[in-house]
Amino acid sequence: MNIPAFESSMYLALVPEITLLVTALLVLLFDALWDEEKRRNLGWLTFGGVVLAMVLAFFIGQPGATPELVWGGMLRHDWLAFTFALIFLFGAAITALLGMDVSELGRRGEFYILLLVSTIGMMLMAASADVVMLFLAIETTSIPLYILAGFFRKDDKSTEAGFKYLLFGAMASSVMLYGFSLVYGFTGTTNLLAAAQGMAAQPLALSLGVLALLLVGFGFKISAFPLHFWAPDVYEGAPTPVAGFLSTASKAAGFAVLMRVFMTLFPVDSHYWTTLIAWISMFSMTVGNLLAINQKNIKRLLAFSSIAHAGYALVGFVAIDQLGINSVVFYLGAYLLTNLAAFGVAGIFWQVAGTDEIAAYAGLSRRKPWLALAMLAAFLSLAGMPPFAGFVAKVVVFLAAMQAGWTFLVIVGVLNSIIGLYYYLKVLNVVYHYRNEETENLPLPISAPQGIALVVLAIGILVVGFLFGPFFNLTSVAAAALF
Amino acid sequence: MQFPILSVIVFTPLVTGLLLLLIPADRKNETRVAALAAGLFTFALSVWVYFSYDAAVAGYQFVEKYTWLPALGISYHVGVDGMNTPLVMLTGLVMFTGVLISWGIDDRPREFFVFLFILATGVFGVFVSLDLFMLFFFYEIAVFPMYLLISIWGWKETREYAAMKLTLYLFIGSVVALVGALAMYWVSYQNTGVLTFDMLQMEQAGFSKAFQQTWFLPVFLGFAVLGGIWPFHNWSPDGHVAAPTAVSMFHAGVLMKLGAFAALRVGIMLLPEGAKFYMPFIILLALVNVVYGAFIASIQQDFKYVIGFSSVSHMGLVTMGFATLSHDGMVGAGVQMFSHGAMTALFFAVVGMVYDQAHTRAIPRLGGISKVMIWPTIAFIVGGLVSMGMPGFSGFAAEFPIFMGVWQTHPWIAVVASISIVVTASYIIRIIRSVFFGDLPEEFDGHLHDVRVFDKIALGVLTLVLLVLGAYPAVMVPMVETGVQNIMRLLGGA
Repeated sequence: MNIPAFESSMYLALVPEITLLVTALLVLLFDALWDEEKRRNLGWLTFGGVVLAMVLAFFIGQPGATPELVWGGMLRHDWLAFTFALIFLFGAAITALLGMDVSELGRRGEFYILLLVSTIGMMLMAASADVVMLFLAIETTSIPLYILAGFFRKDDKSTEAGFKYLLFGAMASSVMLYGFSLVYGFTGTTNLLAAAQGMAAQPLALSLGVLALLLVGFGFKISAFPLHFWAPDVYEGAPTPVAGFLSTASKAAGFAVLMRVFMTLFPVDSHYWTTLIAWISMFSMTVGNLLAINQKNIKRLLAFSSIAHAGYALVGFVAIDQLGINSVVFYLGAYLLTNLAAFGVAGIFWQVAGTDEIAAYAGLSRRKPWLALAMLAAFLSLAGMPPFAGFVAKVVVFLAAMQAGWTFLVIVGVLNSIIGLYYYLKVLNVVYHYRNEETENLPLPISAPQGIALVVLAIGILVVGFLFGPFFNLTSVAAAALF
Repeated sequence: MQFPILSVIVFTPLVTGLLLLLIPADRKNETRVAALAAGLFTFALSVWVYFSYDAAVAGYQFVEKYTWLPALGISYHVGVDGMNTPLVMLTGLVMFTGVLISWGIDDRPREFFVFLFILATGVFGVFVSLDLFMLFFFYEIAVFPMYLLISIWGWKETREYAAMKLTLYLFIGSVVALVGALAMYWVSYQNTGVLTFDMLQMEQAGFSKAFQQTWFLPVFLGFAVLGGIWPFHNWSPDGHVAAPTAVSMFHAGVLMKLGAFAALRVGIMLLPEGAKFYMPFIILLALVNVVYGAFIASIQQDFKYVIGFSSVSHMGLVTMGFATLSHDGMVGAGVQMFSHGAMTALFFAVVGMVYDQAHTRAIPRLGGISKVMIWPTIAFIVGGLVSMGMPGFSGFAAEFPIFMGVWQTHPWIAVVASISIVVTASYIIRIIRSVFFGDLPEEFDGHLHDVRVFDKIALGVLTLVLLVLGAYPAVMVPMVETGVQNIMRLLGGA
């Protein structure tokens, strides 16, 4: 293992992280200086910081053609990490906008600081090349999210969500940590690449055992079957923008780690574990979709649908070739746009109507046609309908799995997309068809930041859906970093 | 560079739909006028394409090709040949007349036209696409607006049920076909070393016989669901009946052709060996469609269900024409797609006009409509004569070659199928007698009045098209023949 010595250029790899950290400190400062009225502007500050981080990352933080280890081998500065960083930053920026006008959330500096710290953690997760660094990054991501999920202290459901998430998360983390310790124990190194050579020498049963332990932690993060059970309760109780962030950026971070660690650490036994992943994928899709059918609460419905979507993304992963990884990254990007929009609409609606019941959405298309249209775009994209981003994303994961010979898995996947279409359409039917004489003439104000967020997301969904070429090229460069 | 007319046709409805959203919701008349303008414009362009298509040159014309996702060999590739040029014009025709017929929609007309136009873009897109990915892209764009159109503006009794049933049936069909398409994509890559979704290149991919026989059924049947093939036709009458008039016209007039056309283009043209292997079986399914559909239509008491099942029966003739894999049968099927599209759009338009005023579609309760609505009566009679396959009307130009083709390949199937002609005549005549003639029931006295001018224009245009095609089939038949020659070449014959 050749770990390069420190060079000052290594700071370039951390430009977005440093920007976010500075932003977090500024938020902390202004939180103390500004009075209650002005504190809403912390949202703009956060948004600005995150956008700045994206711009800086894009212009000076781009990795080179060949991946390099930086910071004593702790991080790998490559296109995979870079692409995921953009995904997380985008998610954080949108979440800041969507959270600004939520009462008890948008005027609290803690919300923005936790969001920023968690995003830093995610970026480090995607770049980690060392198990110690990886574990630290995962915890840096998770602990703020536990607090964010339980942010509404006076709301029992939110408190329950935070506590549940903490308990299950801690449990999954500890099992995963045990797996990491075994990696170190068997190979004598914490560096992933070096450990991979050590693991290859171990008996099959042993490396599969380690893999299973790690899968507990990663599976929890991506909320895949059978570690999905926390998601509905947590999403339902957590503040809606936080739930949106959890179901997209946090899930994507889980996938980033899953792909990097599994592809690096266990390449030789891939035949065994792809079968395992395929089964997890099938169960995630089927269980998620079947349970979503009867949900009455929009956030629970989206939670079960997000379990199903973890399954779809795994369909691409089982191909474990370059196209497979590429398709997963592309899928996660499209899913981030789509699901943030879905949660965004739910959050705006909740703030005005005070409810998450699907039945309460009756008459929405008369009350606020544009909001209904945004919801239409988001839900049809989730259902994988063109011309929205979800369609291309679904086709590329199926394409990748098909190439690798997983025809059966693809068939299960397409059958599941039918179930998905059924319940997404049922929600749209409520929005467009049902009437509610009492509420449909009431105003439904959307604040400026929420409007901006939804417009950006809706345009994003359409642009990725129509002109997927450049995005696909970016994800294919990202995927190449693992090979 | 030539003017990208096909792209303009495909995207005009979509762009108009997006622009309509900018009109305030309460400016209903402005919305309608804008929709009509777009409909007329698109129709005019599609007619122009039809008459500028050079049948002497044949092959694909007005071709445009741009890369879309080169890494996976996806391109935006459109073009028309003798098979789909009539269908493009049909879509323009139905879109234009559909807007005219929908003038009276008062509940959120803006949203109605937006969804209707998205649907139109999907349909145009499928008809002109020469890229398999693009075909699926537009195919599914055509599926989902149907759900909202039917569930919101449809017939109150059954709309939610019918809309969901229709959407799920069609989506199941399309995803099953999609799996087949992905398999074709990778095998073509293995065989040729080129990653491409381009159907013209996939035709040359040299799929093995075993491969074609494995994947032909899912691909063909997946699309044929939308063509209403038995036993997957069940969604169709329910959907037709529940849909608002313009959507029924679109649906029976154009969407069912979409299914048949995609089954032809992807199923038969890309997997010809599979087609040869399974066609004796497919032709049996089509036979059931033709005969069973006609019988079921003849016992319906609901005016709209009669037309719904008659579509199932007539679409069976299209499938049957394809299934002969012979020149005559294919030509007949090609003409039948157009003829039936215009005819059934006309039928549903008339049904809608009668129902709008009488508020019932029960045949026993109707009667004497001709006394107040002479235009719909004449139009329906013309449509009826087309439907019966009377010489001198377009139905004859379509059905005669189909029966000829079937007779050459499977004589006894032609004999059994011919029963349907008699049954069709019987139910059409029954409707004409009991709905349009006889005494006007007292309950309608004074309530019924003549149809609007826009309705008359729509009926007039549709009737005219049917009459011209019937009187002078040579405006279409030679063109379709050039398309069929291409198919026969792929099938290894002629």
